[in-house]
Amino acid sequence: MKKVKILGSGCAKCNQLEEAVKAVISAAGIDASVEKIEDIQQIMAYNVISTPALVVDEKVVSKGRIPSHEEIRELLTVAPKGCCGSHGSHDSAQKNGGCCC
Amino acid sequence: MDSSQQHSGKALQVKNLKWISGVLAAAILWALLYGNLEWFAALSLQVAGISRANRFGEALYFFIYEVPKVLLLLTAVVFLMGVVHTFISAERTRALLSGRRTGVGNVMAACLGIVTPFCSCSAVPLFIGFLQAGVPLGVTFSFLISAPMINEVALALLFGMFGWKVALLYSAMGLAVAIIAGMVIGKLKMERFLEEWVQKLQEKTVSAEAENDAMSVDLRIREGVRHVREIVGKVWLYIVIGVGLGAGIHGYVPENFMASLMGKSVWWSVPVAVLIGVPMYSNAAGILPVVQALLGKGAALGTVMAFMMSVIALSAPEMIILRKVLKPRLIAVFAGIVAAGLMLVGFVFNLVL
Repeated sequence: MKKVKILGSGCAKCNQLEEAVKAVISAAGIDASVEKIEDIQQIMAYNVISTPALVVDEKVVSKGRIPSHEEIRELLTVAPKGCCGSHGSHDSAQKNGGCCC
Repeated sequence: MDSSQQHSGKALQVKNLKWISGVLAAAILWALLYGNLEWFAALSLQVAGISRANRFGEALYFFIYEVPKVLLLLTAVVFLMGVVHTFISAERTRALLSGRRTGVGNVMAACLGIVTPFCSCSAVPLFIGFLQAGVPLGVTFSFLISAPMINEVALALLFGMFGWKVALLYSAMGLAVAIIAGMVIGKLKMERFLEEWVQKLQEKTVSAEAENDAMSVDLRIREGVRHVREIVGKVWLYIVIGVGLGAGIHGYVPENFMASLMGKSVWWSVPVAVLIGVPMYSNAAGILPVVQALLGKGAALGTVMAFMMSVIALSAPEMIILRKVLKPRLIAVFAGIVAAGLMLVGFVFNLVL
């Protein structure tokens, strides 16, 4: 199960990201837990200085903006970034197969 | 590189081209609209049977022409900044500022504050993160003053409603205050007035290196569009009110009404304007109707700019946020120096203009 954390200290944008992530998870049926981290010290532990930020399995995958639903789905289902990790490709099946180099 | 990779590489190129041509098409449409606003306004009046000869007709013409004009300018500027924001992150700015000495550092920080995406809710992590990565306190403050104050919304609206000279003046004044105030605070060596837990955190230094976030063209453009939706959606009503107020004022409030209170010859007008602005809080768009009203009736430009900046830069919400990391004395020093800087700069610009 993926551990998803949303880092943000409670402003509107951070709540928007949380809602978007929850919507994507339930729509796509992804097996994941969502936690909102509002404590500043915990946020800083990820070396993040622009909130809202999205953390998947302890890796920061997005910061300072709200990704589109499509992007969020990609970020939640892709394998960890390897030698050919890149944004923008819609072919998540190809990525899930592992590194293609 | 095998054939499937070559194929997806090409597919990506095609997609990027599609997005870029979309932007170009939008730009052409924008230019067409922008160029024909006066014609459109004149036509609307004709259709409604209202003449431009009287005050009401003139005010209506002005309104129909100005509102779309400002909205179009705002859309263009916000879209461009949204794309620029994908190139410049707070982390990258931090890496650029780490270890810079006073002077150069303050100038860079103030300039970077204009283009770096900044959300006031991330002010605290950003502040601490900067310090931890070796950005000096004064330089950090220069950034913190410039970022919320000189933003693309303020500049786009000032440009659209009052012309490029006013927008440039606002930027110049804002940069001057951010640089000077940051340098003064740095020289005062007030590190011990950071909250205890912040001082402790500073011992844990952090690498300033920013990751290289490669982003495809279509995502960058999408960010630009999202930025437009977010900002124009929030702000369009203020523009309508602001321009409407300007149109109305032309006819119905006596000329030079404000000159007696905020005119150039009144030496105390700048300090008073800044002090009045301190307890007031608004974003750039909200304060614009007031700015429109003041300027329209004879207030001096330097004074009004100082007032607008005071409203935006010094605010209760900001002080509350800063209180988490700064002891009261440092907050007072910060507010005092920024206010003094605004007064100085407003005064100088009144003299020079």
